[in-house]
Amino acid sequence: MRSIDININGEVLSVPDNITILEAAKMHGIKIPTLCHFPDQRVKANCRVCVVEVEGNRNLVASCSTPVREGMKVRTNSARVRETVQTILELIFANHPQECLTCIRNANCELRQLAAEHGIREIKADMSTPLLPLDNSTPSIVRDPNKCIKCGRCAEVCHHVQTTGILYSHYRGINGSITPEYGKTLAEVACVLCGQCVAVCPVGAIHEKDDTAAVWAALENPEKHVVVQVAPSVRVSIAEEMGQAPGTIATGKLVTALRRLGFNKIFDTDFTADLTILEEGNELLQRVKNGGALPMITSCSPGWIKFIEHNYPEQLEHLSTCKSPQQMFGALAKTYYAEKSGIDPKDIVVVSIMPCTAKKYECTRPEMKSNGYQDVDYVLTTREFGRMLRQSGIDFAALADSPFDNPLGMSTGAGAIFGATGGVMEAALRTVYEVVTGKELAKLEFESVRGLEGVKEATVDLDGLPVKVAVAHGLGNARKVMDKIKAGEADYAFVEVMCCPGGCIGGGGQPYITKKETRMARIKAIYEVDADMPLRKSHANPAVQELYKDFLKEPLGEKSHHLLHTHYQKRGL
Amino acid sequence: MSTFRELDSYDRVFNFGNYDSSVSLSEYQQAGGYEALRMAIGNPKQALEEICRAGLRGRGGAAFPAGLKLKMMQGNTEKQRYIVCNADEGEPGTFKDRFIMNHIPFQLLEGITIAAILAGAENGFVYIRHEYPLAQETIKKSIAEAEAAGLLGDNILGSEFSLHLKIFSGAGSYLCGEETALLSSIEGKKGRPRVKPPFPIESGLWGKPTLINNVETLANIPSIIAKGSDWYRSLGTEDSPGTKLISLSGDVKRRGLYEVPFGTTFREIIDNYGGGMKEVFTLKAVNIGGSSGVVVPPEELDCPMEYGKCAERGITIGSGAVYVMDEQRSILGNVHNRVHFFLHESCGKCTPCREGLRQVNRIIDRVIEGEASLKDIDNLERFTRCMQEASFCGLGQAAGNSLISSLKYFRKEYENSCVDCVGKTAERGELC
Repeated sequence: MRSIDININGEVLSVPDNITILEAAKMHGIKIPTLCHFPDQRVKANCRVCVVEVEGNRNLVASCSTPVREGMKVRTNSARVRETVQTILELIFANHPQECLTCIRNANCELRQLAAEHGIREIKADMSTPLLPLDNSTPSIVRDPNKCIKCGRCAEVCHHVQTTGILYSHYRGINGSITPEYGKTLAEVACVLCGQCVAVCPVGAIHEKDDTAAVWAALENPEKHVVVQVAPSVRVSIAEEMGQAPGTIATGKLVTALRRLGFNKIFDTDFTADLTILEEGNELLQRVKNGGALPMITSCSPGWIKFIEHNYPEQLEHLSTCKSPQQMFGALAKTYYAEKSGIDPKDIVVVSIMPCTAKKYECTRPEMKSNGYQDVDYVLTTREFGRMLRQSGIDFAALADSPFDNPLGMSTGAGAIFGATGGVMEAALRTVYEVVTGKELAKLEFESVRGLEGVKEATVDLDGLPVKVAVAHGLGNARKVMDKIKAGEADYAFVEVMCCPGGCIGGGGQPYITKKETRMARIKAIYEVDADMPLRKSHANPAVQELYKDFLKEPLGEKSHHLLHTHYQKRGL
Repeated sequence: MSTFRELDSYDRVFNFGNYDSSVSLSEYQQAGGYEALRMAIGNPKQALEEICRAGLRGRGGAAFPAGLKLKMMQGNTEKQRYIVCNADEGEPGTFKDRFIMNHIPFQLLEGITIAAILAGAENGFVYIRHEYPLAQETIKKSIAEAEAAGLLGDNILGSEFSLHLKIFSGAGSYLCGEETALLSSIEGKKGRPRVKPPFPIESGLWGKPTLINNVETLANIPSIIAKGSDWYRSLGTEDSPGTKLISLSGDVKRRGLYEVPFGTTFREIIDNYGGGMKEVFTLKAVNIGGSSGVVVPPEELDCPMEYGKCAERGITIGSGAVYVMDEQRSILGNVHNRVHFFLHESCGKCTPCREGLRQVNRIIDRVIEGEASLKDIDNLERFTRCMQEASFCGLGQAAGNSLISSLKYFRKEYENSCVDCVGKTAERGELC
């Protein structure tokens, strides 16, 4: 890379020679509008709102796909550019429902933002909004094809990041649409409901299924005892949803906010994350001892579970039988907690605040009602939680801190790091090491499994016994690991898979917009949460110890088997 | 104005022989065919120089210098590389490539083989549109014959050069004539254009360097090498050497395919080659360059067919289709037809082309129905300009071109059909 001089809007700017006009402009504080462009995605150049004038070119060029070259003269704000961009926006609006006031993306729609910035006051084109049916076939995601602007971001993430290949552009020209195969609904195809499409959609064409109304109703119902659990990653993303910088830690404020919303008990999914480590860690040791299927693969991530059920149905034996921390929590809330508090489980409503759209689906799986009741009743994403806070007029940043309730609110740093890629692995290793060797770990941090590299491999020394592990995040990376396992080329003992890039901090239910820097900021925050905890090893969690003593008796015991473990289905494609 | 002279048979790049059948391998060889291949194998450097000196430009529409493209291929160090012959002749009113494939298949194959040798490609495809079954059959048979005669396949004419050529049938999409959409189509993907750069010479078929040229361009090569660049440059003009195949259709006496030296005016093409207007009616407009080309009034026809001069006048030679309309024809009808065509063929990838055509189609429908207003015409122009300026690929840009030209020269015809035209034309003192 060397530096070259280009001229943008009459100003000579020094820029690296291997970037696009769009990037060069951004470096020098010149904003060029974009819609189909998304950080970390390949260039699509579909929407054309980033066109600029380049001297010597007959037509305008897309700045997102045009590399800079020495001496290039660019204009981003000429009358010609402005007219073209306005026309393109009008053309999009003419085919887009004028429902901005009632749209779920009202406050954060990128198209609406551009309309405001570009002074669109009149749409000169004929309105031709389609009237296609909504796809609300799944508990997780609603697709509104009428609002789709065909930018292709969702298809890009679905194909090239998650390799699920569900959403794709079909037909051509004005009949073109981005849908599952043959216009099927999401429920009819092998969609894993990860919501990465939701996370990248610039408009309201695909969004989480909003369950806030049901939760409000439960909170209003005096006969219901509503308990809430909060996933590890939400404590580092809810502040961001409420307008603060990515990576702002807000554990205490979060608890206060939930109390203000009227939840009866504020519990923590980190507690059952710790519990998962004890169940899963023991399962791994048992598999090693008894010659069970290895590698054992984690089962916390419901999108990942659905993915393996569809794509590798013959490899299900590798999955840990542990329910996810969310589901373990639900099962315990309606048994252990019900008993302890003397509340009839039929009156307990379990709400989860999750970074995830697939969790909404997970709680409806028929096997997730081991105690006779549905373990978890409602799942809200971080964004829906934010919505409830705004509806309640809660000034989040101004809240005081308060602690989680007991007994299901006690957790360790090991539970917290479940929110980031490598976290489950690290938490497991902290416990397994001490259980196997009987020695105390000198250094708790397993740096080799941290970070955003797609597939991380490490050999961990368990006091002389080398154990090979792998960590994958994003289903494209999970596929790589699975193909290795399928081909018999993997010699791992334990594999962690998280469905979304970066792990749960990058989940489909997290605040808009999640890009690489956002992921890194949230991950950094998660490890800070861990570092600040007085206890950082799951087996050291006194509430978990008490749970075993009073209720479960032992890891992998009979009660655990009923309440905390599950089975999987071969789904195929 | 140049004086008209019919090319004598030596000066033709293309000798189609008996129009009822195709020129066989032995007939082609007797007439000097495959001499150029021998020369190219003997001295590839010289052959490339001849092509460059001849000033051959791509005949598919974009007119990129063919020699330069070959040189750029040679600059690439990747071993695996491809040649693709674009025979997806989809431009309405164009039938030159079909003629070449049906009548002089070996001239095309010789051209492809030479280009492949110069480009270092050992594998290639002839991408023939689905609507040309005869051409597919002829080229397939000819490939087998050439292979049997050692003119294709391994060790061509005993040399170290090899070329394995296959037919790939299009599936009916106009857009697959766009080079990157064509490559995606061969790869089994949706026929949509790709982001350029990288260009096919850097990253083409399956990401490998790929030389992709139109049928007519490749079929020019044997004549250029056999007869030399000096001969080639004696035809045409300094700016645009050689000849162009013109698909002449519409209201002229002799419709058909003509080999016309560059520099000939469009009026000469119509009068001398086409024999003038078919009936007693006078000439109203000419559509040059197919659906994606422009519509011009008679006053523009003295422009010589030459890349530079045409560009100055806003005329696109494109594929060389010339469609002549007499006074009975409706410009609006012609535009309507073309808008429908583009609306059907747009892939839908980019906003200006997809949404622009949706709107333009509605306005044209209203114009035809006599329900449009003058405001519609202004909007039509605005949308058209946007398509031309900002579309992803040549399809949307060209759809814009063709509409802009009709608005430029025949705006009155649009305005006259508007419901509120009276006031406006009265202002100008014109009658509706």
